[in-house]
Amino acid sequence: MKPVFEEAAPVELTLRVNGATRTLRAPPLRRLLDVLREDLALTGTKEGCGEGECGACTVLVDGEAVLSCLVPVCQVSGTEVSTVESTGLASIQQSFLAEGGAQCGICTPGMIVMTKAWIDACRRDGVAPDEDGARLALAGNLCRCTGYGAIVAAALASARGGGAP
Amino acid sequence: MKVVTARTLDEALAALARATSESRLMAGGTDLIVEMESGRTRPDLVVDVGRVAALRWIRVTADGLEVGAGTTCTDLLRSVDALREADILVQAAREVGAVQIQNRATVGGNLGTASPAADLTPVLFALDARVRLRSAGAARELAVDDFVTGYRSTARRIDELIEAIVIPPRAPGERRAFRKVGTRRAQSISKVVVALTLDLGPDRRVRRARIAAGSVAERTVRLSHLEAALERGVAVNAIAAAVARHVASDVRPRDDVRSTAVYRSAVLERLLVRMLSETLS
Amino acid sequence: MQRFIGRDQVRPDGPAKVSGRAVYVADLRVPGAWVGGTVRSDVARGVLLRLERDPAFDWSRVAFVTAADAFGAQGGDNVQALIVDDQPVLAERDVNHWGEPLALVAAPDRATLEAALAAVKPVIEPQPAQFDPELATVVFKTIRIVKGDVDGVFRVPSSRVHVFEGTYRTDSQEQLYIEPQGCIAWPADADGSVTVKGSLQCPHYVRKALARCLGIAQEKARVVQMETGGGFGGKEEYPSVVACHAALLARACGRPVSLLYERHEDLAVTPKRHPGRVRIRAAFATRGELLALDVDVLFDGGAYTTLSPVVLSRGCLHASGPYRCANVRVHGRVVATNHVPYGAFRGFGAPQTCFAIERLMDRAARELEIHPFALRRINALVAGDTTATGQLLEHSVGSMQVLDAIARSSGIDRHAWCVPRATTGSKARGLGLSFFFHGAGFTGSGEEMLKGRVRVDLLADGRVEVLAGSTEIGQGTNALFTAIAAEALGVETADIVLATPDTARVPDSGPTVASRTCMVVGGVLARACRILRERVGDGPEPWRERARRFLAQGGDGTATVTYESPPGLAWDDTRYQGDAYPVFGWAADVAEVEVDLDTCEVQVLRFWTAVDVGRALQPKLVDGQIQGGSLQAVGWAHREVVTTRAGRFEQDRLATCIIPTTLDAPRFDVTLVEVPYPHGPFGAKGVGELPMDGGAPAVLSAIEDAIGVHADHLPATPERLLALLEARCP
Repeated sequence: MKPVFEEAAPVELTLRVNGATRTLRAPPLRRLLDVLREDLALTGTKEGCGEGECGACTVLVDGEAVLSCLVPVCQVSGTEVSTVESTGLASIQQSFLAEGGAQCGICTPGMIVMTKAWIDACRRDGVAPDEDGARLALAGNLCRCTGYGAIVAAALASARGGGAP
Repeated sequence: MKVVTARTLDEALAALARATSESRLMAGGTDLIVEMESGRTRPDLVVDVGRVAALRWIRVTADGLEVGAGTTCTDLLRSVDALREADILVQAAREVGAVQIQNRATVGGNLGTASPAADLTPVLFALDARVRLRSAGAARELAVDDFVTGYRSTARRIDELIEAIVIPPRAPGERRAFRKVGTRRAQSISKVVVALTLDLGPDRRVRRARIAAGSVAERTVRLSHLEAALERGVAVNAIAAAVARHVASDVRPRDDVRSTAVYRSAVLERLLVRMLSETLS
Repeated sequence: MQRFIGRDQVRPDGPAKVSGRAVYVADLRVPGAWVGGTVRSDVARGVLLRLERDPAFDWSRVAFVTAADAFGAQGGDNVQALIVDDQPVLAERDVNHWGEPLALVAAPDRATLEAALAAVKPVIEPQPAQFDPELATVVFKTIRIVKGDVDGVFRVPSSRVHVFEGTYRTDSQEQLYIEPQGCIAWPADADGSVTVKGSLQCPHYVRKALARCLGIAQEKARVVQMETGGGFGGKEEYPSVVACHAALLARACGRPVSLLYERHEDLAVTPKRHPGRVRIRAAFATRGELLALDVDVLFDGGAYTTLSPVVLSRGCLHASGPYRCANVRVHGRVVATNHVPYGAFRGFGAPQTCFAIERLMDRAARELEIHPFALRRINALVAGDTTATGQLLEHSVGSMQVLDAIARSSGIDRHAWCVPRATTGSKARGLGLSFFFHGAGFTGSGEEMLKGRVRVDLLADGRVEVLAGSTEIGQGTNALFTAIAAEALGVETADIVLATPDTARVPDSGPTVASRTCMVVGGVLARACRILRERVGDGPEPWRERARRFLAQGGDGTATVTYESPPGLAWDDTRYQGDAYPVFGWAADVAEVEVDLDTCEVQVLRFWTAVDVGRALQPKLVDGQIQGGSLQAVGWAHREVVTTRAGRFEQDRLATCIIPTTLDAPRFDVTLVEVPYPHGPFGAKGVGELPMDGGAPAVLSAIEDAIGVHADHLPATPERLLALLEARCP
C-alpha cells in the first residue's frame, strides 16, 4: 500500500474476482494489488517492485495479463479478475512442479498466471506454442533463481499437454 | 486529490475543463502510476480515460490510418490495418515493455508523456503523423513534431486531450526502418531509438526523408539536417560521410543511468549508416 | 539400490508455492501490528549533529527510536553483531555511508509513517568521503598466501619464460532476490522472549544479533524463517539489520512492528557484491606450463566490516584458479570506503578472482599460440597435486572429467579461437571457455569451529522430524533433506517431516551459505538418521510400526549429531597453509555469443557447462542451481550494471537495475559429472556458488573470439566494448 494512491475519496465498485462477485469501497487509485492482497486476502499475488518491472503481481483482467501494481482499482470495476488462486490452473501448476519451474516461489504466481494468458492467446490466435513464443510471453516476468530454462519448459509442457482447461 | 473516472469522451472533456497544470490524464497508468509511486508526480486531479471506448479504435480513412489515443500496444499488434499502413509502429509497439505493459500502455499515453525515451514517438515523427486534440469547446490538429515541445512537455493545453493520431497514407515508394537499442531485449527503456521513412522516386532518389531519434536529446528529435542532405541526394557510398556530417547538430545526448553520451552518439550514427544503407540499396 | 538419491522428488515446498498459498513475510497478517520505517543519512560521510523533528507533526501518534533512547539504560549494545563490532545498529555521531540508519519510526499505518518520516530532518555536517579503494587507508583484512619462490622465477630472464600481466576489474552486482527484505518483530512476551519472523537465510545469525542489540540472552530471542523469496547471499547478514530495527521498534511501541523494505529502499541500502581489482602477473613456459603467479587482490569493503574478511579469504583462496603452479603469491586486502557496505553474494569473492585468472589464461593462450582449452588442460590440477596453500588434492577431483565433458558437449577444443573470420552482416559470433573450481563448505577450520548440529526426532506416529537451522531459500533444502533422511533411514519420503527453521526448536546447523547445506549439514543429517535407524532396527514390518514399537518400549527417539571434520584435514589460519576446504567442486563453461557490430550489444546464445558436484542427490535441483547461477554470471558479464555517485547506488529502481529476462537468457546445456566425494552424504559436494564463478570469463572470452577485444572490466557493457573497439581501430 502506498499512501499517495489512497488520497482520493473512496468509491464503491463491484468486480468479479476468481469467479466471485465482490463489492467494495476503495479510493479509486488504490492499486489492484492492494485490493487483492489486503482487502480480499488473496496474498498469492506478490509485490516484487511496485513499479511495473518484475511481473510478480501479474493477474488477468478480462483475460488479459496486467501488472496489478500499476492498475488502479477504478479501472477494473465491472471486470473479471483472475489470480493464481483461481481454479483452472491445476495442470500449469503441475507442470511447474514437475519441471522444477518453482524455486524460491516468489515469481511463480506471476509466471503461472502469465503462462495461462499465453496458452489462451495461442489458442485464440491459432498459434502453435513453441519455445520462442513462451520466452516472448514470459519476458515481463523476472526470475532470479532458475535461469528460466525450467520455467519455459513448464510453460511448454502445459501448453502442449492440453495445458489450462 | 480528486479522481474522475470518465465513461465517455464528453465526461472526460468536462472534467478536463476544470484541470490545472498539476492535473494528469490517466489511460493505461503505466507511466502515471510509476511517476506517483516514486513521488515525482503528485496530481491534484486525475482524469481517468482508460475505459473511454470512444478513444480506442483503429480505422483506415482517406486521411490515412487513424488510431484512437486509447489504443493499446497490444491493439496495434493485433491490427491488420496497423500492420499494413504503419508496420514500423507495430514493430515499435512490440518493443514497448513486455506483454503486460503492452496490454495497458496506449499510443496517446506514450506520445502524451513526451518522454525522450518513448518508443513510439520517433516512429510517429518518421511517419509524419498528426495529433488530433480535443477540448470541451474545440478540436485542432498539430504535426507531431510541433506537439512535442520539450522534456516531458507538449503543446497540449490543460483542458485538452489527445483524441487520435493520424498517419498519412503510405507513399508508393516509401521505405521504412525502426531500431531500438535498450538495456536488454525486453522490459527495457531505450538507450537509442531510431525511426526513418524514405520516399524513393522511380530513379531511386530520395524525394522525402523523415528521420527521428529518441533518447539522444531532451525530447524526441527530427534529424532535419540529415533529412535535407538525403533529399539533396547522397550516393550509397557517401552515406557514412553524410551521417558523420549532419547528425551531431540535431542531437544533444547525455550521460545517464542507462548509457553514455559517447555511446549514444556513436551508436546513433552507426545505426543510421546501417539502416540507410539497407534502405537505399 | 538407492530409492531417493539421484531421483527427483517433488519439492515439499512446491505445491504451496505454485498455488499461491506459501506464506512470505509480507503475506502475514498480524492484528494490531504497526509499520516501521528508517530515517537515513543523505550524505556519505559526516557528523550527525541532530535529528530535527517538525513540531507541527503529532509525535505522540508514532514511536520514534534513536541510538540515544535504544541503548544504554535498556541494556543492549549499539552493535550490529557479526564479525567485528564496528557497525552500529543506529548511527550515534559518525555517519559513514549514504543511507546509514539514524533513527526508526513505527506508526499505526503507512500514511502516518510517511508523514512522520517526512517530518524528520537529519542535520549532518558533511566530511570528505573516501570512494577510491586504491587510496583508502583503513584496511579491514589482509591476506598473504605464499608457495615456492615467485620472485625467483620472475627475476631470472629467460627466453623460455613468458610473462603476462593484466589488471582485471569487476564492478559490484546486485543479488536481486525478487522478494525484498523484510521482518516482523513482536515485543517481549511475559517471560521476556522476543520473536522475529522474516525473510532470511541464517536464523541463528539473526538471533545472535538480536540478543546483542536488545541485551537479552540468545535463548530469549526467537527467530523464525518465513518462506523466503530468494537470497543468493543477500539475506545472509542484512536481515539481522532489519530484525534489530524491527525489534527496537516493537519494544518502543509495545506492539508487533512489520519492517518491509520496498524495492527502492532495498536496492539503495542493502549490501551487494564487493567491487574488485585484481592484478596478475604470470610466468609460463613456452609449452604452456604455468611457472609462477603473482596476484594482488583489492576489494572495496564499503563503510563497515560486515563479512568482508571472509569474502576476501575466499577470493584469495581461489585467486590462482584450478591450476597447478609451484610458485604462487597472493596478496589480498579489503579496505574501508564510504560506500554502502558490501556483503555476501553467491561466489563470495571467488567470482572476482576467477574472472582475473581466467582472462589472464586467455591472454596467455593468445600470446603463446596455444589453444585455450589445451592451456587449461596442461595446467589443470589433478588428484595428487597441491594447491597454492599446499593442500593435497586427494578425493573427488573432477577437473579432467569436466574439461573432457565440455569439449564433448560444446566442441570448444576444436574451435579456432580468436582466429579472424570473415563476418557478413552486422553480427559476429564467438565461443569462449572458462575453467574453475570452488571450495565447498566454510574456509579452513570454519566448520570445525562452527560445529553445526542437526536433530532428528521420532514422532509418536512413527514419522521422523528433521530439525535443522538450514533454510529453504529456493535452492531446494527441503527436497534435499527429505531425500537424504528417507534414504538414510530406509523409509518413505512421506515418513519425513521438516521442522520450520525456528531457533526456539531447531539446533544451530550453521548458516545457509558457502555451498555447505548439502555437503556439511546434509552429511550430519545422514549420520543422525543412520543412528536413529540403528536404534530402531531393521525388520520386515513397515518403519512406522517398528518405530512406534521402539518408542513404546521406551526407546530414545531423538538423535542430535554434531559435525565432525573428515579425517586428516589441517589448516593454519595465520600462514594460510593447508586444507583450505574439505573438497572442491569443479566446472568448465563455454558461452556462445553474438555481438552486434553496430551497437556492441551482446546476446549469449548458448551456454554449455560441465560440473562435478560429487553426486547429484536431486538432479533437477542441481540443474536448477547451475542454470540459475550461470545466468547470474552471464548477467554480470555484460548487462548488470551497478555504479555509485557520491556513495549512492545509481541503479536504485528496478527500471534501472537490470537483470536478464527470458529473452536475454541463453539456452543451457548442463552436463553433470559425478566424481563422488567419500566424506559427503552419498558422495555429494557443494553446488550453490560454483556456477557463479565461470560464466563471466566465458562470456568475455567469447566476445574476444567474436570481435577481437580483450575486455578486462566487468560488466563488459556495450558502452565499454564500443570504447575498446574504437580504441583498436579509430
